Amino acid sequence: MPRIAIGQYYPANSPIHSLDPRFKLVCSFTFIIMLFFITSAPGYVVAACFIAVSIKVSTVPLSFILRSLRAIFILLLFTVALNMFFMPGGDLVFRLGFISVYTEGLSRAAMMGSRLILLIFSSSLLTLTTSPIDLTGAIEFVLTPLKKLRVPAAEIAMMMTIALRFIPTLVEEMDKIMKAQKARGADFETGGIVKKARSLIPLLIPLFISAFRRADELAMAMEARCYRPDAPRTRMKIMRLTQRDFAALGIAAAFFGLILATRYF
Amino acid sequence: MQHQTAAIECVGLGHTYSPGTPFAKAALSNITLNVGAGEFVGLIGHTGSGKSTLIQHFNALLQPTEGTIRIHGADIHADKATLRATRQNVGLVFQYPEHQLFEVSVYKDVSFGPENMGLGRDEVDARVRKALALVGIGADSFEKSPFELSGGQKRRVAIAGVLAMQPSVLILDEPTAGLDPRGRTTILSTIKNMHDELGITVVLVSHSMEDIAKYVSKIIVMHSGTIFKQGTREEVFADAKALENIGLDAPVVSRLFQELRAKGLDIPGTPFTTHEATQLLHQFLKN
Ligand SMILES: Nc1ncnc2c1ncn2[C@@H]1O[C@H](COP(=O)(O)OP(=O)(O)O)[C@@H](O)[C@H]1O
Ligand SMILES: [Mg+2]
Repeated sequence: MPRIAIGQYYPANSPIHSLDPRFKLVCSFTFIIMLFFITSAPGYVVAACFIAVSIKVSTVPLSFILRSLRAIFILLLFTVALNMFFMPGGDLVFRLGFISVYTEGLSRAAMMGSRLILLIFSSSLLTLTTSPIDLTGAIEFVLTPLKKLRVPAAEIAMMMTIALRFIPTLVEEMDKIMKAQKARGADFETGGIVKKARSLIPLLIPLFISAFRRADELAMAMEARCYRPDAPRTRMKIMRLTQRDFAALGIAAAFFGLILATRYF
Repeated sequence: MQHQTAAIECVGLGHTYSPGTPFAKAALSNITLNVGAGEFVGLIGHTGSGKSTLIQHFNALLQPTEGTIRIHGADIHADKATLRATRQNVGLVFQYPEHQLFEVSVYKDVSFGPENMGLGRDEVDARVRKALALVGIGADSFEKSPFELSGGQKRRVAIAGVLAMQPSVLILDEPTAGLDPRGRTTILSTIKNMHDELGITVVLVSHSMEDIAKYVSKIIVMHSGTIFKQGTREEVFADAKALENIGLDAPVVSRLFQELRAKGLDIPGTPFTTHEATQLLHQFLKN
């Protein structure tokens, strides 16, 4: 099977990559919550430093991190513009027609923008440095206490694992079908929106048929091996916290403490 | 047979998937080959040796990352028009082609290709009927859903879908994979008939030496992204040991004759099919 980038995992051999996925998940989550506690510029500087150091250590090229901004670009633009133009308060900076920009608006825009960017950076650093399978394991672990509340943590994890397992297969399949139809003269690139939508039919129908066939086969194979979702099971790869995780925990805690401190001093 | 203008001509062709990323994978390197117009060529190699990657270059679905490829003497990536012409000139039947069927009826599915070429209705109709006749699908199945046919029939419909474009070069990627022996023979003899009747160039990809040996005039052996050997059946199967080392078996009867000679039996010739073997044995025993 050819290797296909699933989600956006960037395989490398950095200290960040080798951290326990559960720790990384909890840490990113905490960081994101932290972001909403920051009220002043120094807080953002500390948070940005934390992310910058993490990115540097992870050896993930900056371009991969920046790429994640593309997805939220519109949202980012919107947030910044909204805050900048419609937030009266402070001194008037300039006026252009009916638009007035005040200092308060500018600083709000900068804060909201930084918050959004840091949020995206931290979550993409998590997915860039953690393989999807590890991430699923971590999510299952985090959800385990919810089993008491009848949340089917194991089933959710199994569904996610299966979905992740089949993404590359389906991508590969789609690539193949697309090529096969191109070889029959199909054109997926030119034409208006209606023509483009119609040109997807020869692609989507075979893709769905194959997805259903695979689902059927997989269900049969799991059945044949007596799979029961509620059966207690052990893990093949046991996640264990190492000294490295504790060291990272220390560093993260120091940064988080500093971020909180900027709020009160 | 005319061999002056090569149908397919590769010089130093190489292909790397996802170049410049951590997922970069060199699938082909330094492929130099020549397929003459009207030839019937077999392309063999172990799974992962790069056969499918190579043939996707023949109709411009992939662009070489190194070297050049020419079809009927033309640089196929020169411009959009040449590219379109190439896709019509070179028919590519993918592995498990039945997975690409999508229309409500057999007839409509086969007409997808010719319709994309922008042909008139009568021309499309004529081509669809001819293609389906070639693969042995009767008119009583035209209005059936392709999904209610048997596996072998589905595959023949899918092949007809490419034939209806009337390509001058036909490439088939493992057309017999997953079929029973009878289905295999039907497909292969259909392909052989098309080659003989229509005079088209055929490239047959397979990992079965038996299939290849019986039909083709020239064999190209691939191994881990490069050409391991190319030539006539005699040249390629002469060294069964070398083929074994790269995970391929010469046809059983060829190996039988080589073993017999190794054991000291002075039997001449190298057969490739059971039929040839019986003839040779018959002659040998008569003398
Ligand atoms: N889309 C792709 N992306 C990355 N690698 C691929 C892709 N398709 C094939 N490969 C790799 O290229 C090599 C050759 O594959 P392929 O041409 O399919 O071989 P064959 O058809 O002889 O089995 C294999 O190692 C395969 O993993
Ligand atoms: Mg293949």
